[in-house]
Amino acid sequence: MAIAIETRDLRKTFGSARALDGMNLVVQTGSVYGLLGPNGAGKTTAIRVLATLLEPSGGQASVLGLDVVRDADRVRQKVSLTGQYASVDEDLTGQENLVLVSRLLGMSWSDARRRATDLLAAFALTEAADRQVRNFSGGMRRRIDIAASLVTRPELLFLDEPTTGLDPRSRNQVWDLVRQIAADGTTVLLTTQYLEEADRLAERMAVIDHGRVIAEGTSHELKSSIGGNALRFQLASAAQRADALAIVTGLLADGSVLPNTDPTSISVKVADASVAAGVLSALSRANIALADFSLGTPSLDDVFFAVTGRPVDTEAAAAAEVAS
Amino acid sequence: MSQDSMPQGTDTLRWRSRPKPASALSAVLTLAWRAMLKIKHVPFQLFDVTVTPIMFTLLFTYMFGGALAGSPRAYLQFLLPGILVQTIIFITVYTGVGVNSDIQKGLFDRFRSLPMWQPAPVLGALAGDLFRYSVAALLIIALGLVLGFRPAAGPLGVMLAFLLVLVFAFAISWIWIIFGMKVKTPESVMTTSFLFLMPLTFASNIFVRLETMPSWLRGVVRHNPVTHLSNASRGLMHGTDVTADVLWVLVASAVIVAISAPIAMRMYRQER
Repeated sequence: MAIAIETRDLRKTFGSARALDGMNLVVQTGSVYGLLGPNGAGKTTAIRVLATLLEPSGGQASVLGLDVVRDADRVRQKVSLTGQYASVDEDLTGQENLVLVSRLLGMSWSDARRRATDLLAAFALTEAADRQVRNFSGGMRRRIDIAASLVTRPELLFLDEPTTGLDPRSRNQVWDLVRQIAADGTTVLLTTQYLEEADRLAERMAVIDHGRVIAEGTSHELKSSIGGNALRFQLASAAQRADALAIVTGLLADGSVLPNTDPTSISVKVADASVAAGVLSALSRANIALADFSLGTPSLDDVFFAVTGRPVDTEAAAAAEVAS
Repeated sequence: MSQDSMPQGTDTLRWRSRPKPASALSAVLTLAWRAMLKIKHVPFQLFDVTVTPIMFTLLFTYMFGGALAGSPRAYLQFLLPGILVQTIIFITVYTGVGVNSDIQKGLFDRFRSLPMWQPAPVLGALAGDLFRYSVAALLIIALGLVLGFRPAAGPLGVMLAFLLVLVFAFAISWIWIIFGMKVKTPESVMTTSFLFLMPLTFASNIFVRLETMPSWLRGVVRHNPVTHLSNASRGLMHGTDVTADVLWVLVASAVIVAISAPIAMRMYRQER
């Protein structure tokens, strides 16, 4: 398999803020790859550098074997970008936007019109063809934006937070589209702050924090890297947490309690899932009420916590983004 | 859900082959087409370039005409070539506003990630702006003729004056493009640029003759490029010899473009 993206010690600074701080990334062609991280982690900067919109401050980045600085023009011929905000002209209609992009890519007027009509149909936007994009719903905007990125099939498609702000139905539509595009042979690099999204779509993913890759692998690899199964208790009352914790640790000498900020929940890593029943009955005998209970492989939340030592803290990350 | 709303079949997502990249000219023309579409869909854009000139011409002619030149009709002969200059210069600001809002909305990201001649979006926007300047200019001239403006040099003189004003407007548009790339919001493009435009256009001989001003002000006004432009516009329309002013304007426009266009294009290619 060929390499679609390779970065080595990639750096990008804005003033004193280091948006990319030595990012090393390898993405194979023919896959959906996820860049996962909180706001301000450097995901968007990484995508903008790879799509030739930003020049790196240091290090190297190549896309489909081409250097993003030296061969920027040739990179642009092979990739498409769908940014975080719908990068289409709100004043124009859906049809006009797609004709515009088709023309700019070199099609004749008649080819451009035909392509726009086909794409609108493929993206279930035919009825909205003659409506101005400003009157589109969030999901429709995202679809027209992705359609504009597929006017000619790119070898590599960058999707920056493709489902942020979408309702669940629109989100599912976008997920279907991404799968379809990937099945069609386009490599997709998507950023997301939704752990579930990376889990659902991406075969491999990199967890990004402070402009660096802090973990990389398949969803399964990332989860098993913190080992074992996670046993999770949601207590009815925070007051009983200390008692519950004592019982759990007493019974599970080999289990380690996973760090957790929620005062009503306890997560324990266990080597063997069969101990769950014993813990449950012990808690019940001690009259500790449970609101919820689950046993499963660790979530990506657990992974993020395990590698960074802190939960996905959106507030702190948002503050960091404002600062940069 | 996908079955009912998203026709499957990967064929629709596939385009037979990647076309040859658009030529520079075709990219610029396509983006000029986009500018025209925007005017079609948001005709309010033309409000500023039609109502403002009409208002200015009527107001100044009838308010000041009697006091400054004895009669509105007499003043109009002096004012109209100048009000044309002022109006067009004012609306050049919208070039910067347009660039700024394209950047804010992420549209320039799309353009910049396409394999096309990179200056095309800026030049395409300018082509649309030239159309707006022309609409405004024709309106002012038509209104002037209705109110009794009689250019001694006839249609040819008026046409030459109009072209000269367009050249200068094209040149200073580049400055607003730089502004548009620099500041955060379209509103701040407006406010900052009017801080420059108010003194630039009022401290000129658009409204009153140089001789009526105190000598210290005369010195300033005489070197104002807008004074040269309105001299040239007046002379071309009325058939007096203004070769020096015309040359001055042409050279000034060339210098402005030579300096600001490369800066604007470099900023366009670079990050924000």
